[in-house]
Amino acid sequence: MSITVLPARHVLLAMRHVAALLGMLIVGAVLLVAIFAPHLAPHDPFAQDLNLRLVPPEWMDGGSALHPLGTDQLGRDYLSRLMYGARISMTIGIFTVITSGLIGITLGVLGGYFGGRVDDMVMFIVTCRLSIPLILVALTVVALIGSSLTVVILTLGLLLWERFAVVSRTTTMQVRNLDYIAAAQAAGASRVHILLREVLPNILTHLVVVATLEMALAILLEAALSFLGLGVPPPLPSWGLMIAEGKDYMFFSPWVIMVPGIALFVLVLGINLLGDGLRDLLGAARPQ
Amino acid sequence: MLRFLLRRAVLALLVCLTVLVISFALTRLSGDLAISIAGPNATAEDVATIRKNYRLDRPLPVQFVEWAVHAAEGDFGSSYLYHAPVAGLIKERLPITLTLGVTGLLIALIVSIPLGIIAAMREGSAIDKAITLLALFGQAMPSFWLSLVLIIWLGLKLQLLPLSGVDTWDGYIMPGIVLAFSAIPALMRLTRAGMIDALSSDYIRTARAKGLSTAKIVLKHGLRNAAMPVVSVAAVQLGFMLGGSIVIEAVFALHGVGYLAWESISKNDFPVVQAVVLILAIIYIGLTLTADMMNAVLDPRLRTA
Repeated sequence: MSITVLPARHVLLAMRHVAALLGMLIVGAVLLVAIFAPHLAPHDPFAQDLNLRLVPPEWMDGGSALHPLGTDQLGRDYLSRLMYGARISMTIGIFTVITSGLIGITLGVLGGYFGGRVDDMVMFIVTCRLSIPLILVALTVVALIGSSLTVVILTLGLLLWERFAVVSRTTTMQVRNLDYIAAAQAAGASRVHILLREVLPNILTHLVVVATLEMALAILLEAALSFLGLGVPPPLPSWGLMIAEGKDYMFFSPWVIMVPGIALFVLVLGINLLGDGLRDLLGAARPQ
Repeated sequence: MLRFLLRRAVLALLVCLTVLVISFALTRLSGDLAISIAGPNATAEDVATIRKNYRLDRPLPVQFVEWAVHAAEGDFGSSYLYHAPVAGLIKERLPITLTLGVTGLLIALIVSIPLGIIAAMREGSAIDKAITLLALFGQAMPSFWLSLVLIIWLGLKLQLLPLSGVDTWDGYIMPGIVLAFSAIPALMRLTRAGMIDALSSDYIRTARAKGLSTAKIVLKHGLRNAAMPVVSVAAVQLGFMLGGSIVIEAVFALHGVGYLAWESISKNDFPVVQAVVLILAIIYIGLTLTADMMNAVLDPRLRTA
């Protein structure tokens, strides 16, 4: 039995790396497309051509090489819109994580380091945040303030910090009593110095994994908000908005929802694979 | 144990109060609610009339206290859009959202528990990895897109299920499947972890030594041990599902609370919005409280905590 188990283990280990690598490739590719969209896109993503509405992708009947992924209901080139859409998703993902990370890590580190009343307060805030219905509140805020990329980022950033808080709190508690913290305290380091220079670098690896999870969630939520008409405003080519706009034509031209939907799915899957791989790698690096 | 339960109940009450403030403050975010209600084409006079008619001209604390006191009595004011009491509107639609939520949770449990058990029994095997990968796929699926794909595939191509609405009971199946997707990864991981934990424990080894069959060991001893965290997370997931059903209700045109909220948000019907936020939050708080209490009763180790 041990003979068959051993190679299988190796295959699985390699598979895990393959998965993480695949995740990295997907995220890297989307990031490059997002950055270089103006150079890569074959057409202007906003240019309408009402004579070329709902042209199917190249490989389908009636498709043309001019529009590799077809056109939408206003005759806009779908590939170009998809590429510019990557910009929106990546911008939302990155800046939401920065905003929510700042909030969540601050709360979590404070609660975990000081404990007692401070910690009770932090946990109370986290509990309150969890009991608020996420999408509903996000929709309301965007509806009231007005939809724009910045508003969506700030709204999601203000809502998606609780996992950062929980993880940084737990990990801070773990390092709080370690020797090097005691040494820094004995050396007379200020609290701010200890939190920023001693605690934070040592919990950072765990937070990277949280960051990938939250980035994936933020991208999905932006798409959902835009789909419901209260996210990124048209004519911006948000993938969620593209699906919403294509919805009325999906029965006869299914690619209008399949193309942005698959893009969204692949990007989020890539981020999750990357996060899972990082968790394994960082977990393996840890002693115990 | 009584101390624990009491503390937990007081905490829940405090959270409720905070949520009350948040759901009120939420609709005042724009600064002036009257301007939001009046819309972009309104004149200053229109705004002034609205402010007076909706009694928005009084100080905020007064408005809040009045709203909170009435809300505590079950009166959430009346809808600007329907010109009917908000409480009645919600009561009418809540059964649809609850049915959808419970359907989703049942589907999620039916899928995730067996998969979690199989993954745990073959820990580290290719099957285990495949199931874990499946969870990642589920996590990456945008719910609104999955809804549309299912509508095309199950509704239009195979004609198995109705495209939208819940005129018949099978109208709940497709939205239920989509809603289940959001909970399956978490429930499956938890079942898997709980089973792995249980299968490596001493009493399972004893059971094995006694010569019990694998099926009996897994189902009788292992599952009982793994069930508790699953039950409490299932309660939390149900809360999230009720809050998240807004997207799915919108796609499938299910006239539940989520649909009502979406409609109200798009049409600036804020008494409805703040009431729905509050009610969904209170349901969530109630569910987590129940789960915690159940755990305290079932697990003697927690009682002293």
